[in-house]
Amino acid sequence: MTNATEERTALYGTHVRLGAKMSPFGGFLMPIQYSGIIDEHRAVRTAVGMFDLSHMGQFVLTGEGVPEWLDTLTVNEVATMRPGQARYNVFTNDSGGALDDTIIYRLPSHWLVVVNASNSAKMWAWLNGGAGKPNGISIDDRTARSALIALQGPRSIELLQPLTSVDLKSIKYYHAVDGVVDGVKAEIARTGYTGEDGFELFIAASDAERLWDKLTAEGPRVGLRPAGLGARDVLRLEAGMPLYGHELDETITPLQAGLDWAVKLDKPGFVGKQALVDQRSRGGYDRIAGLIMDGRAPARAGYQVFVGDIAAGEIRSGSPAPALGGKNIATALVSSDAAAPGTEIEVEIRGQRHPAHVVTLPFYKRSR
Amino acid sequence: MAQPTDRFYTKEHEWVKIDGARALIGITEHAQNALGDIVYVELPKIGASLEQGKPIGVVESVKAVSDIFAPISGTVTEVNSSVVDDPAKVNGDPFGDGWLVKIDVADAGQSKQLLDAAAYDVVVQAESH
Repeated sequence: MTNATEERTALYGTHVRLGAKMSPFGGFLMPIQYSGIIDEHRAVRTAVGMFDLSHMGQFVLTGEGVPEWLDTLTVNEVATMRPGQARYNVFTNDSGGALDDTIIYRLPSHWLVVVNASNSAKMWAWLNGGAGKPNGISIDDRTARSALIALQGPRSIELLQPLTSVDLKSIKYYHAVDGVVDGVKAEIARTGYTGEDGFELFIAASDAERLWDKLTAEGPRVGLRPAGLGARDVLRLEAGMPLYGHELDETITPLQAGLDWAVKLDKPGFVGKQALVDQRSRGGYDRIAGLIMDGRAPARAGYQVFVGDIAAGEIRSGSPAPALGGKNIATALVSSDAAAPGTEIEVEIRGQRHPAHVVTLPFYKRSR
Repeated sequence: MAQPTDRFYTKEHEWVKIDGARALIGITEHAQNALGDIVYVELPKIGASLEQGKPIGVVESVKAVSDIFAPISGTVTEVNSSVVDDPAKVNGDPFGDGWLVKIDVADAGQSKQLLDAAAYDVVVQAESH
């Protein structure tokens, strides 16, 4: 299973020491689970889960005109971002398909673009080559020098506040500040991808192990658990958040993925804008729908779905949802007429049809 | 860990405990541990004919779907409906209460093609490193 070409994050040794199940993901050998996906999921929904996300690509952009340039490459607004703000966004190709989904941070001294590990090389090449980068802008891939530790869950603030002089309450959701956590210089962002409140700490790779161990030592008072990518996938699916390669890829547009809120078609020209304008005005396109299985068999990516005898599309993600009492949830890319909430749909599992129904996403929303 | 010595094993991590003309089939401790939290079990119907090496059902964890293969041929006489209702039982006691099916054995001689506890332990050790 292990491949010598896979990279290791600064926390690799820590994960192995903790007995995590390691598996290749996005070119890295990453922890999939520690104590168990359901246990880790519960920790994030009720207490705190701690994730190593150092595999994600971290590009630092500096120079005149960064936001205006990023605005020509993405569907959401960049130039309107205020200092300290973070925003979900999607890089698109000429046909409006997603090259990557990303969070862009506007920090005091630079812009930070965080990309999916599996798309890091592609996005590096795109930003430096095909995307018409203005001369005054420089891009630094700091991924190998950096680590990213995410604390996710309602008690994250309780865990982190004693370790920093930054008033964490004053950081609004999807905002970030420069700070120090237990003596470690960090960009502290109130962002995440689990549907819970939480913080993401961008730090130097050389500080990662010490800070992870410190957070672990402080963890018992708030029910902290280390959490792996398995739990993360269930959490983001419950929260209705797309995962690249599943709900989004180069053939699936952000409109098809249900990300209309992030697609600013009144923004001046950007790559893929015309295709998205056309798609929206034509309508009737296949889109991502949320399904709940009526029976007990889980739906999995790749299974075919039907409305009556008509093939309507395929499952893109599927999992039991602990937040929904273990009910099986899924996303499917289906024809527009099959995507309406309430539609009765069938999922073919090992040659047999199993009933399901379409629901409005997200499956889970935290109470604030 | 040492495997129970009163049964035979497959490389695919099933076990079979033969008692005369009857046998009990399940998956191993190593298999349940590798899968993680088991959330769904699909078993054959009573009366189904099982053929050695062919899929007889599935065990699914939160993230993975894993086929179960028949360690030996036979006819299903009983399925463990309690693990269908509570799949976590397979995690909790894979060699005991987490058994999956009982069969009438077609050919006890097929056990010669299976691994004993010591040989299976070597398979597990190899996969764990």
